Amino acid sequence: MDRIPILKMGAYLLVTIQVDMHDRLALTLQDDLTMQIVKHRTRGVLIDISGLEMVDSFIGRMLGTIASMARLLDAETMVVGMQPAVAITLVELGLSLNGVRTALDVDKGMRALQAAVSEAGQDSNESFEL
Amino acid sequence: MRVLSSELFEVRGPLDIVALRLAVRKRAISLGFGLVDQTKIVTASSELARNTLDYGGGGTVDMEVIEHERKCGLRLIFLDQGSGIPDIKLALTDGYSSREGLGLGLGGARRLSHEFEISSKLGEGTRVSILRWK
Repeated sequence: MDRIPILKMGAYLLVTIQVDMHDRLALTLQDDLTMQIVKHRTRGVLIDISGLEMVDSFIGRMLGTIASMARLLDAETMVVGMQPAVAITLVELGLSLNGVRTALDVDKGMRALQAAVSEAGQDSNESFEL
Repeated sequence: MRVLSSELFEVRGPLDIVALRLAVRKRAISLGFGLVDQTKIVTASSELARNTLDYGGGGTVDMEVIEHERKCGLRLIFLDQGSGIPDIKLALTDGYSSREGLGLGLGGARRLSHEFEISSKLGEGTRVSILRWK
């Protein structure tokens, strides 16, 4: 598999990672997602990692980089579905994914994403008025 | 300590890291490791295999099933013939990376393992061994 598919769902982009990603695949996803955010003028990205049985520092860094890049492009990122064993391991590894918003599942994530996007919209209006 | 079985893997490219993760997961499951223990040893292996590839220029991994005083464990020995680590203490420090990484690989792998050994010789290579008991 050469690419992780990115689905457009209304105003949002949805990525479901279901394979154990090799490093190049992770980097390709990072690039693809950044391009798609701009192309579709997306305000929110949902990344479902419930199919991932392991997140190491490389994949963790990719999630952080996606969130940072998306933020620069005025989009919010929500990572959902992390397995408990993955969360336990990540913390022991020393990676707390600061700056990455998370939710338990796609449903909760989508609602949180919508709230975050509308909040961010208000914020930018306010700063515009100033 | 008795070595019950041993399997050798090559680490020459990113796909080899994925293959190793899968093999370690399978072996951990067959030994009856719980899900969290499986995930920890798989994640530690992934970090160290990436080090072998990125810093050691590739190498080998020996996966051994260990028995000691009726305990069963999984040991992985990462070997490369790269340039070696000049300052092991520094390399084990969280956040230190000689390149663009997060610098969590060695320290993180040590935390995820019950036993950890590292030796390195400049110009000759590096050997890292981790062990996790069931």
